[in-house]
Amino acid sequence: METLIAILIGILFAGGVYCLLQRSLVRLVIGIMLIGQAANLLTFAASGLTRKHTAIIKSGAQTLEAPYADPLPQALVLTAIVIGFGFTAFCLALLHRTYKTLGHDDLDKFNTTDTEK
Amino acid sequence: MSPLLLPLLVPFVAAVACAFFQKSLKTQRTISFIAASFHLIASCSLLQTIRTDGIQVYLNGGWPARIGIALVGDLFSGIMLVITGLISLTVLIYSFKEMDNKLQSRAYFPLFNFLMMGVNGSFITGDMFNLYVWFEVMLLSSFILLAMGKKADQLEGSIKYVTINLFSSILFLSGAAIIYAKTGSLNMADIAQIIANSPDEKLLNSTAVLLLSSFGIKSALFPMFLWLPASYHTPAVSISSLFAGLLTKVGVYAMIRTFTLIFPLNNGLLQDLFYVIAILTMVVGVLCAAAQYEIRKILSVHIVSQIGYMVLGISLFTPLGIAGAIFYLLHNIIVKTNLFLLSGVILRKKGSCELKEIGGLYKSYPYFSTIFVLSAFALAGIPPLSGFWAKFIVLKAAADSKAYLLLGVGLAVGVVTLFSMTKIWAEAFWKKQPEEFPGEGIDTGTAPWQMMLPILFLTLCTFGLGIFGESIFQLCIETSTQLLDPSQYIHAVLGDS
Repeated sequence: METLIAILIGILFAGGVYCLLQRSLVRLVIGIMLIGQAANLLTFAASGLTRKHTAIIKSGAQTLEAPYADPLPQALVLTAIVIGFGFTAFCLALLHRTYKTLGHDDLDKFNTTDTEK
Repeated sequence: MSPLLLPLLVPFVAAVACAFFQKSLKTQRTISFIAASFHLIASCSLLQTIRTDGIQVYLNGGWPARIGIALVGDLFSGIMLVITGLISLTVLIYSFKEMDNKLQSRAYFPLFNFLMMGVNGSFITGDMFNLYVWFEVMLLSSFILLAMGKKADQLEGSIKYVTINLFSSILFLSGAAIIYAKTGSLNMADIAQIIANSPDEKLLNSTAVLLLSSFGIKSALFPMFLWLPASYHTPAVSISSLFAGLLTKVGVYAMIRTFTLIFPLNNGLLQDLFYVIAILTMVVGVLCAAAQYEIRKILSVHIVSQIGYMVLGISLFTPLGIAGAIFYLLHNIIVKTNLFLLSGVILRKKGSCELKEIGGLYKSYPYFSTIFVLSAFALAGIPPLSGFWAKFIVLKAAADSKAYLLLGVGLAVGVVTLFSMTKIWAEAFWKKQPEEFPGEGIDTGTAPWQMMLPILFLTLCTFGLGIFGESIFQLCIETSTQLLDPSQYIHAVLGDS
């Protein structure tokens, strides 16, 4: 299972970077989203994956019995997903406003701040 | 209540309160001003507490550090909090007059306070993932502040800034995840202890480099600095001076913290990497600056080469080297913010920051020009201003470690820095106003006191840092000794266990 997830993370990272290298603004946002998802998956898989062992203490018991799924990466990934949502929303708003103001979405023409005043 | 909570709560409460008084700019200004002053006072008293009582720890919710999120204030955090308070207060006062009211009413004050909360949070957190969260708080506020105003070049700069910074956050998140996978902990002290007990270089280097790339992007190291000159000169001057002073330095802070506590640099490969990066950052940054012809752009690219000096200090990994990096950090925050504030006054008087379009400032405004030249000299490192001591300590540390290449490069870069500051002086101040450009700004008389007071105050700070350099240097040495002996930090956070 971990191998599969690892391969998936790799594909997502590669796809995301590929999208980032394109010239269109929309692909830029898609690229960021893909890489963000890859990082989320990486966080999720950080402490190894377990099946059918939830981190819930059985009634009557005082502590968790091993084996159980590590709950911390799940909490972390939840936080990361929420933050990722916020950023994607902001990126889309920024993209929309940029497209409206500049009238094009070709990243190759985004060089006025580097060359002119 | 623990004094560690104040630097987080004060900006937070102020931000929420400002959001409630959306209609009244006057109320928002008053609230932000009170919050910033209180922030400065609270940070100073916190630094004093840390100096007398040792490292302060606050465990959120009473959970032990290994499980919960710990807030840790050591000397380094304390110093950074004080300087943040200083900069936030001065820039806030400056922005009252510099930004037009329309821009101020666009949620400027809530965002300003949230930005401060993010910066402070990054300085006092003791937890890897929490550091990521504070970075995001800081980043989102900075994104909006940068894009506020919606001018074409601002949006263009924002796209670059947003993309590269999001990418760096993702790298940081991956780094934190991998650290958790390897050590089973996110608390920095705990990770440091685990890594110190079982050093497996191959596994650790990968994570360290991941974190280095992430912090490197945030603090604009070579070769990842090109987003900075593309975006920092586009927003209102108050905002860019805040960014120039503080935001890149948070990256440097994270770098010093990580590479003294978690991955101590006494490991061959990483240290070599730091050497190379330091040299290239200094040289490429200053050469790029020499090629620019817009005051704020020159200053932006200078940030890059100055960060190189700090990395140089870190890379030496001696008490003097780290102390030099911290001194440089303090000096650079003050001087860089001040230079940006000064460029705002030039923009107001002449309507442009383009060197080809302005001139004759010295003839019309001799006092103002003197203040500018003081800050410019401080940046270039002329004694007795703060820059001289900052450079001297870093280069002395390089000489002590027999890193003569670093020493030579550091000296040479200082000369080129002086050259590009002289260029601003010769073009903007000395030369006559070019005939084809009238150079009429909105303000031909004296600049309003809300703008000049912060500038004067920061100039005095530059002098103070130079003249009372020794006591500040003592503090930096104390800090670097504390940083280089992580057992104190680990003991304070984890207790005796």
